[in-house]
Amino acid sequence: MDFSLSPQEEAFRKELCDWLDKNTPELRQRMRRQGPPGGAPGAGEESPEAQEFTRWWHKKLYDAGYVGIAWPKEYGGRGATIMEQVIFNEEMAKHRAPGGVGGLGIGWAGPTIMAAGTEEQKKRFLPKILSGEEVWCQAFSEPEAGSDLANSQTRAVEDGDDYVVNGQKVWTTGGMRADWAILLAKTEFDPSVPRHRTFSYFLMDMHSPGVTVRPLREMTGAAAFGETFLDNVRIPKNLMVGQKNNGWYISMGTLEFERSNSSSAIQHLTTISNLIELTHKMERNGQPLSKDPVTRQKIAQFYIEANVGKYIGLRALTRQLRGQTPGPESSVGSLLAMELGQRIEDLAMYLQGPYSQLVRGSKYAIDNGAWQRSFLASRGRTIMTGTSEIKRNIIAQRTLGLPRYTE
Amino acid sequence: MNFELDEEQVMLKTAARDFLEKECPKKLVREMMEDKRGYSPELWKKISDQDWLGLTFPEEYGGTGCCFLDLAVLLEECGRALLPAPIIPTVVLTAHPIMAAGTEEQKKQYLPKIANGEMILTLAFMEASGGLEASDVNVTATPSGDNFIINGTKLFVPDAHIADYLLCVTRTKNGPDKEQGTSLFLVDARTDGIRIEVLKTMTDEKLCEVVFNNVAVHKKNVLGKLDQGWPVMKRVLVEAQVAECAWMTGGARWAMEISIDYARLRIAFGRPIGSFQAIQHKLANMAVEVEGATSIVYYAAWTIMENNPDMTLAASMAKSWCGETYKHATFDGVQIHGGIGYTWDHDMHLYLKRAKACEVTFGDSNYHREKVAQMLHI
Ligand SMILES: Cc1cc2nc3c(=O)[nH]c(=O)nc-3n(C[C@H](O)[C@H](O)[C@H](O)COP(=O)(O)OP(=O)(O)OC[C@H]3O[C@@H](n4cnc5c(N)ncnc54)[C@H](O)[C@@H]3O)c2cc1C
Repeated sequence: MDFSLSPQEEAFRKELCDWLDKNTPELRQRMRRQGPPGGAPGAGEESPEAQEFTRWWHKKLYDAGYVGIAWPKEYGGRGATIMEQVIFNEEMAKHRAPGGVGGLGIGWAGPTIMAAGTEEQKKRFLPKILSGEEVWCQAFSEPEAGSDLANSQTRAVEDGDDYVVNGQKVWTTGGMRADWAILLAKTEFDPSVPRHRTFSYFLMDMHSPGVTVRPLREMTGAAAFGETFLDNVRIPKNLMVGQKNNGWYISMGTLEFERSNSSSAIQHLTTISNLIELTHKMERNGQPLSKDPVTRQKIAQFYIEANVGKYIGLRALTRQLRGQTPGPESSVGSLLAMELGQRIEDLAMYLQGPYSQLVRGSKYAIDNGAWQRSFLASRGRTIMTGTSEIKRNIIAQRTLGLPRYTE
Repeated sequence: MNFELDEEQVMLKTAARDFLEKECPKKLVREMMEDKRGYSPELWKKISDQDWLGLTFPEEYGGTGCCFLDLAVLLEECGRALLPAPIIPTVVLTAHPIMAAGTEEQKKQYLPKIANGEMILTLAFMEASGGLEASDVNVTATPSGDNFIINGTKLFVPDAHIADYLLCVTRTKNGPDKEQGTSLFLVDARTDGIRIEVLKTMTDEKLCEVVFNNVAVHKKNVLGKLDQGWPVMKRVLVEAQVAECAWMTGGARWAMEISIDYARLRIAFGRPIGSFQAIQHKLANMAVEVEGATSIVYYAAWTIMENNPDMTLAASMAKSWCGETYKHATFDGVQIHGGIGYTWDHDMHLYLKRAKACEVTFGDSNYHREKVAQMLHI
């Protein structure tokens, strides 16, 4: 066991830090112009200025080779080691630097195409995911299929060289602006076939005729996700990923990509620093809030949990590197991190007392209402990539080996 | 970077588990609870034959030169087995400070005998206040010729009744800065004027009251510099916290595993209780805490091994986390077992009681969270 950096890792870290030190002043300046970030990571701003800012930052990262760093060199990545990826996440968080556009393309669609796509698909899609020219979304969930994803009803029927798709997807994050979607649709209609063998995995052009995305307003007031209606949408057969009726297993692979990493725990450490700054600024009974023993206990507990989450994630990575199955640490780490994020945001609001009611644009709003936004956004985090309940089921059944409940 | 045990550490862990399953069954643990000495000299000898006692000592003092992380791995297994033996008091609380601050003569005098199982030592630190700060040290040592005379009462001293020597933390100067004027003495436990009484505890671990009544100790028995004992103690506390955490993690993992096994087997309403979500989610939460404990303990042990300045912070994070983990695992462990979990015959209560004892040993969770808050400059 060795938590210290090897000379190569240290060199990578230094190069990255030098680059960040050079570029963060301009980043800060632009961020100030559109209001401080604060709060939870990814509390998605959807305004045109915010989008413009993200595109600018993406280009900076991309030109310096800091997008999709773990992607193989042949697909335009850096071929960074998993440890370099960890260092990258950590330094980005420490420098409070946001990500670029298209997290979904880089984190999910791209790796799936790399793992299961054809050569042609790889050439066509991967470079533009990296450059941010094409933005991706994920069309899996449906009104009657969320946790029970295998209940999806959207159908894809063969017709000549195409599949013709009909159905409705929902909660499609970024669907309104996306160029492409990863789509799960039914291609086997024999009711005697087990549900998990009835789906195929498609790459769908969101600009195709028959695709309509209607924005859905979230509790934050913004519309980051939408309802996606698919009405006789034609998808060429060569845009299916993997074999017909094998899509379920490919989509489960997609989910694995996001689970076993330590980056959200690391980002929480940044949010905690912001929270500590907040307690220095706020007063209660003529004293900085940071002197209140109960508040100190709570923040220290967050810090401990974020570190525990970080080291759980790092152990999982080491196992992966050794070719072992990620082990219980991976789903365990993701459950811890998502619930921790909510507790941090909740306390940040609470500590603001009556000011916590004031939102962006309000005269006395603290940090220009950044916490109010990120607090609300955090409430979705225990739902979006599998609810906490589903994660607990997975831990109990898959990693601890407990039996399923059957009628 | 690499965040998992290496091959040798995995081997050490497996060997320790096998050894303890054979040599330290629960029957022995229960016998030792009743036993006056509370440990088995035969087992102590076997432990020393396994090279566990001198694991971290340099070879020249009869050790095998392994690192603190290896010791943590070993202690995790000892905690899992509830090993009734004074391994933490002897190795972590006294041998390590002797290694760190002792003279060549002292190292030669104690370490080889500890390694081969001939000598048991313990730390006499806490007093009636129950606190862990320099200001809690009020037992005095006053110079008198070539001797110091120790007076006062130490409390919660583990295994003093079987110890050959006590490392006694004393006040040799009483100025405004309490960290100045703390001195450590190695005292023969049979010296005139020492009275040791075993306190009755919930776990039946042997914690003692040690009364020093004009106890004379030669000045050459001071460990480290006179009046400058506190930095040595600080390091002892950090190591003790992490050692305790490793021990606790082993116990918590036992409680989790045995509860999973039971949940698979026990049938109610025609199905295994482990298929009920209320039980599954308890166990899933337990898995988060136990995996977290293992991860943070390995990290903390690594900082000690590397002399990394983050060790104090890491130890506090670990102690606060593990304190809660062990308790939750055994509380829910009892719950998942139902009536049988509440019985004397089931082993869960042995762990539950130990969890409550470990929780307050070397600082409870609130204490360590406050320390973390200070280190973060909140
Ligand atoms: C912010 C946000 C962004 C999202 N982005 C996307 C996206 O880009 N693409 C996409 O495809 N989807 C997206 N989703 C959808 C998300 O994946 C689903 O909302 C989620 O899987 C839950 O499904 P559901 O909403 O149908 O709730 P349901 O499945 O109906 O769950 C309702 C409640 O029942 C509980 N429950 C259900 N089954 C069980 C069980 N077996 N045991 C115990 N409890 C159970 C759940 O935990 C939950 O508390 C997003 C969701 C959110 C909130």
